[in-house]
Amino acid sequence: MSLLEIENLSLSIHGTDILKQVNLSVAPGQIVAVTGESGSGKSMTALAVMRLLPQGAVTDGAIRLSGSDLLNQSETDMCALRGAAIGMVFQEPMTALNPVKTIGDQVMESILIHKAMPPTRARDRAEEVLTRVGLPSDRFPLSRYPHELSGGQRQRVVIAMAIALRPKLLIADEPTTALDVTTQAQILELLRGLVTEFGMGLLMITHDLAVVADMADQIVVMRHGEVVESGATGHLLRNMQHPYTRMLFDASGHQVALPEPAQSQPLLEVTNVVRDYPLPRKSLFGSPGHYRAVDHVSFTLNRGERLGLVGESGCGKSTLTKAVLGLEEVQGGDILLDGQPVFSGHKPNLAVRRKMQVVFQDPYGSFNPRHRVARLITEPFHLLDAPPTNAERQDRIAEMLSAVGLSPDDAGKYIHEFSGGQRQRIAIARALIIRPELILFDEAVSALDVSVRAQILDLLVELCEAYDLTYLFISHDLSVVRTITDRVMVMRAGIIVEEGETESVFSDPKHQYTKDLINAAPTLPDIGRNVA
Amino acid sequence: MHSLVPQVSPVFLPVERSCWTRSACAPNVASMLRYALKRLISLMISLAVASVVIFAVIEVAPGDPASFMLGVNAQEDTLAALRAELGLDVSKVQRYFNWIGGMVVGDFGTSYTYRTPVSQMIADRLWVSLPLALYALTLSTAIAFPVGIYAAARRGKPGDLTVMGATQLGIAVPNFWFAMMLVLIFAINLRWFNAGGFAGWDKGVWTGLHSLTLPAIALALPQAAILARVMRSSLLDILGEDFMRTARAKGLSRRQALWRHGVRNALIPVLTIIGLQFSFLLAGSIIIEQVFYLPGLGRLVFQAISARDLIVVESVVMLLVFAVITVNFLVDLAYAAVDPRLRSRT
Amino acid sequence: MSRNLILGACLSSLVVLAALVSFVWTPYDYAALNIPDKLQPPNAQHWFGTDHFGRDMFSMIMVGARTSIAVALVAVGIGMALGVPLGLTAAARKESWLDELIMRGNDLVFAFPSLVIAILITAVFGAGAINAIIAIGIFNIPVFARITRGAALSLWEREFILAARVSGKGAARISAEHILPNVANLLIVQGTIQFSLGILAEAGLSYVGLGAQPPTPSWGRMLADAQTMVSFAPHLALIPGLAIIVTVLGLNLLGDGLRDWLDPRIRVARA
Repeated sequence: MSLLEIENLSLSIHGTDILKQVNLSVAPGQIVAVTGESGSGKSMTALAVMRLLPQGAVTDGAIRLSGSDLLNQSETDMCALRGAAIGMVFQEPMTALNPVKTIGDQVMESILIHKAMPPTRARDRAEEVLTRVGLPSDRFPLSRYPHELSGGQRQRVVIAMAIALRPKLLIADEPTTALDVTTQAQILELLRGLVTEFGMGLLMITHDLAVVADMADQIVVMRHGEVVESGATGHLLRNMQHPYTRMLFDASGHQVALPEPAQSQPLLEVTNVVRDYPLPRKSLFGSPGHYRAVDHVSFTLNRGERLGLVGESGCGKSTLTKAVLGLEEVQGGDILLDGQPVFSGHKPNLAVRRKMQVVFQDPYGSFNPRHRVARLITEPFHLLDAPPTNAERQDRIAEMLSAVGLSPDDAGKYIHEFSGGQRQRIAIARALIIRPELILFDEAVSALDVSVRAQILDLLVELCEAYDLTYLFISHDLSVVRTITDRVMVMRAGIIVEEGETESVFSDPKHQYTKDLINAAPTLPDIGRNVA
Repeated sequence: MHSLVPQVSPVFLPVERSCWTRSACAPNVASMLRYALKRLISLMISLAVASVVIFAVIEVAPGDPASFMLGVNAQEDTLAALRAELGLDVSKVQRYFNWIGGMVVGDFGTSYTYRTPVSQMIADRLWVSLPLALYALTLSTAIAFPVGIYAAARRGKPGDLTVMGATQLGIAVPNFWFAMMLVLIFAINLRWFNAGGFAGWDKGVWTGLHSLTLPAIALALPQAAILARVMRSSLLDILGEDFMRTARAKGLSRRQALWRHGVRNALIPVLTIIGLQFSFLLAGSIIIEQVFYLPGLGRLVFQAISARDLIVVESVVMLLVFAVITVNFLVDLAYAAVDPRLRSRT
Repeated sequence: MSRNLILGACLSSLVVLAALVSFVWTPYDYAALNIPDKLQPPNAQHWFGTDHFGRDMFSMIMVGARTSIAVALVAVGIGMALGVPLGLTAAARKESWLDELIMRGNDLVFAFPSLVIAILITAVFGAGAINAIIAIGIFNIPVFARITRGAALSLWEREFILAARVSGKGAARISAEHILPNVANLLIVQGTIQFSLGILAEAGLSYVGLGAQPPTPSWGRMLADAQTMVSFAPHLALIPGLAIIVTVLGLNLLGDGLRDWLDPRIRVARA
């Protein structure tokens, strides 16, 4: 008998159908991955099992845990099951813990709330599980507060709380999405170890197909609230039946062919750049310390070249981006674009800045919600001495919208009328409209679903062909950088540790950190791509 | 593939949110003291600037207190003698420092009208105003907390809607009008309380509190309405936080999650409002004293204004501002007690 | 549109209408003494009754609305006109000495409740409606500065601001073009709330004699006059009190309704 059996589960919230006839099962010691793009209903499936759905949710069907239907349990019985028989790990470790309670109290609470053991033994158990998840009490005493831990460490605390009472079923909702690749690898390894050790069933929700292929015994693919395909991992990867599954795997490993770079004179020259941030004073009279975010970085970007910059969060890549854009002054070194400094006399050099534009990560935060598209994409005209007016302006707007695959009619719309992928196209149109010589893509495809991401990557290739783009592509996603750049730099703790032709860096990394990064990143099996 | 063993490496941690900086790992007592010291210095600066402002405004006042006291026909030498007695015969800067220096040791100068020490006048009145403000603050908090938590726990249900309707009305009621209505009902019609006056503390604490009860209720209820709304909305914000969901996933019931994880986090904005309310209660008590004919700071200051006894006005205002700034300092300390994140920021 | 919004708009416009109409018409001359008709309870001739001088309460309430609204409106105007630019500047120059100066200045002003400012001004310059306006206005400056800065700071973190900076726009231009329009809703809502608090503050000040002086009618002073007569003529105290409650309640409901209608995410500071 399986541990968890979801049978014909349907769910609607305030009359909107969220899930339709979902079936899946998890056996003890088995890892079942539910995957799909945003809006597929995968997280709602997890919350339905916990019976922690938002208000107004109506369910139909059955969710059986060891044979008894959870949908028929009273709220009191559910409270007794949650945390004891079913544990859950959430996506966002930074906010999943109560900021005003110590980690020890929070782990002990999951034990004490079920009156599973007396407080002194609960304390020992809390120390034991925290040690098991990689937070030994000699280095991480129970008296630590969440804000004193990093994201990965907090996720370990959340896992410790979830497994403190050895539940039969563990649900993990995007447990590593907010984490860096090396941390992700450690957390996945931890989860896998716990499943083997305790014989738990693990229901894992993730959008990352590489993680799925790597971890899962069973795969469930969802779209628009329905299961489109499910089966044992190896079998499903070899025999994908549903076109959506194939499209999903294909888009995840999407490869593009960049045109040959055109010329090779240096465009952007960065030499010995240092960027320090002041730290708060430790004492009233001590001198303020500083934190070196970028440490003597030098590189050259040639005209027509597509350069990648990879690294984990906090490595200094965003700081370097801001310095290149001339948004912040550097404490040492030179940044020259076309031979001109981007910052001169403590002021950004506007003559240089008009040669650069940027595309940001967040398709929702990148636009003033009160302006229409025409005004949004023409904002960079502010940099020009003689911005185009009237008919010429209209032509430029129409040309740019067409170039990024939108309609010139979209110029009169507001940004909320567009999807995430369309917004990213508009962001590219805004960056291109003054024909900059250099574009910076700052995690520009990281927030997009895989199918949309594939389309945007294709668009970039088209634009490279049409406009001979030169760009710096900043990303934490190794697979994207590998396909969309000619050359790549690897950054860690403010230093560029390795630099070279993209393909040779990936196939034959020289620096230990690059090797660790590449090893830690889960990869799609080739088999999926061959079938598609 | 996953060759890395689970390990915790400090290298990849962004510095601003790790515990690898010393300040975050320092013992709580030391960081709490450092925080308190920093707030204390800021308190001193505020007091100094406030005193300069008050002194300067009073200095702008036209007329010479000595000639105001003695009338237009006074002799020049009597005027000079009086100026010397009042300490008015030195430079403005000198007078400012005399004023401040005196206040630090409890000497507030001599009243222009009554020729008695201002400190004695203020001390007598403070024994009415301060207990009244504290009584009202206690009442308002004691009412607002349960009401706010009750409403938040029953969000959208009839209980919540009733309470929210009542608080909406409570906010709109001017406290001095409410006081008049209380007098009309409980003193004039029901005769449960005296319509005004203060029995004094000599006849026992209960007699004193009894005569402050109606004024305290009048002050407290409108403030309680505001506080209850803040408590409710602050709790509702917290209910949407991820860690509340985590708590539910651990097996806490809705109510347990609210009490164990919600209330303390919701206190942070509520404390701000309590701090602000103190100054409103203090100011409000000055007005309410007029309704109940209470011999508090309010009556003192209005008498002083009509008698142009500016040194009394100056000292009472400084005292009120001192009280507000001090309470805000205490609120800052309370923040740090509630929120560990504040302690570890320098 | 919510019930709050509709009810609030109705009550508020009722009061504003009464104030406006009072310029051209009142049932009686609000200042005309008529001792024989004194202390009448509400009746057909005098809808709200008469006071101890026989003056028509309805007319006085109408003209009093004028005083209350004028004082509160100008005071909120002062608070917004000075507070909003200060808040925008502090946010644009986040963590600089200028930001620090503005915020410390705010804290300092918060230590002076309106009543204390009014006491100071009155002690020096004598009583009058202008004092009430200045006192309430000064107290409103830090309220608007703080709320503007708070909202602006989170906007400055957004990527569209970064995009504007990449397009070469300076802090002043960004504040005017991107920040201000996006905090406008918040300011409208907060302005409504401050307006209602201003009405309450004005009533309190004129009750203790620090506001509008005779013969200008004001609700607070009507209450002060009523105090000694409350046992035998309760309508003298009831009616101005209800006028204040209706106005403040109307404005608060309007503020809450506007908030829900314009943007459910706005949080209002009520102090």
